[in-house]
Amino acid sequence: MAVGKEIKNKIGSVQNTQKITSAMQMVAASKMRRTQDRMQQGKPYSDRIRSVISHLANANPEYKHTFMEARDVKRVGFIVVSSDRGLCGGLNVNLFRSVVKQMAELDAKGIEVDLGLIGNKAGPFFRSIGANIVAVMPDVGESPAIADLIGGIRVMLDAYSEGTIDQLYLAGNDFENTMTQAPTVRQLLPLDPADDDAYKHRWDYIYEPDARQLIEGLLLRYLESQVYQAVIENGACEQAAKMIAMKNATENAEKLIDELQLIYNNARQAAITQEIAEIVSGAAAV
Amino acid sequence: MATLQCEIVSAEESLFSGAITLLSVRGTIGELGITPGHAPLLTGINPGAVALHLEDGSEEIFYASGGYLEVQPGFVTLLADTALRAEDLDEAQAEEARQQAEKAMEERNAETEFSSAAAMMAEALAQQRTLEELRRRSR
Repeated sequence: MAVGKEIKNKIGSVQNTQKITSAMQMVAASKMRRTQDRMQQGKPYSDRIRSVISHLANANPEYKHTFMEARDVKRVGFIVVSSDRGLCGGLNVNLFRSVVKQMAELDAKGIEVDLGLIGNKAGPFFRSIGANIVAVMPDVGESPAIADLIGGIRVMLDAYSEGTIDQLYLAGNDFENTMTQAPTVRQLLPLDPADDDAYKHRWDYIYEPDARQLIEGLLLRYLESQVYQAVIENGACEQAAKMIAMKNATENAEKLIDELQLIYNNARQAAITQEIAEIVSGAAAV
Repeated sequence: MATLQCEIVSAEESLFSGAITLLSVRGTIGELGITPGHAPLLTGINPGAVALHLEDGSEEIFYASGGYLEVQPGFVTLLADTALRAEDLDEAQAEEARQQAEKAMEERNAETEFSSAAAMMAEALAQQRTLEELRRRSR
């Protein structure tokens, strides 16, 4: 019986797609656990160094690093952390949208924007809107090493030191839980002193051996660790978003299969009814 | 007794968090002992043992291969490059690292390689020193 052959084929192909999406969901779930662990492990260091740096920004060192001095803003830099691969729902798009919104606000004030991009997905998007891209760090992979990121970070920091850009922001997704990832844009440079009254009085550290060397080393490590942590966190977000996206896709496939099955059954039943009617009317004619 | 809140973190994990009465560490320009009420201090640290005296009088030893130390009146933060609980240090590994460093220094052919070999050597020696320290105290 040739009835509904096309529908049968369609059901088969949707089932195949469903198998793939459910496999991807499981892969993402297991990777998510690993990336989340990595994110948790790195968190204490990046939190601690952030608090040390904010104390430092409140101190009154004899040596003021350029990273600590706010100046008139004519041009700003963004480091945008994106994922390497797609199929992770609105994760990248939401982030890009919030970056583009900020860029539009800055543009309205006559401030230009330079971009440093991490991950494969950011490049094509920002190129297509004609943004000014100064550094690209593609293929960060699932277990990124700081060494892979240093080059790009360097470009942005040098631009800041040379005065090409006057502020530097870091845009990435914050991992809130498996269901929610929030795109956030954080200011990296100049350093933002923490609003803590305990540090408002005039004080300073004793520096050993020498303030300049120490502050430079510490700042560089701070910035690297912040970017690195953002990349790790974005990795965890990517897997979580991918898991949810694939879960939805699997469920949608299930729904589609049910609908197609219903249409197929209807068509088959109609064909049988028609055939019987033909036989009956044929017999009556004899 | 006055205590000091201490945190030791490395890029990989948080190693220690709690109240201490004394922290001794090898700073870039010499040995440092941090007690409660120390003036704010920011310093780099050299590879070596980090010893903590806990409130109950016991002692914990860590190994750090470098990093930064921040002291504030009420607390102290050690940002280690790589840190280990001293008990996790492996004697055989430390010895192997030292021999490798020695070999690298003998085979040096460029100044840059020499400095990296020297750093390797310093680290391996510091690991061994930490182990010796640990052994001496446990006796």
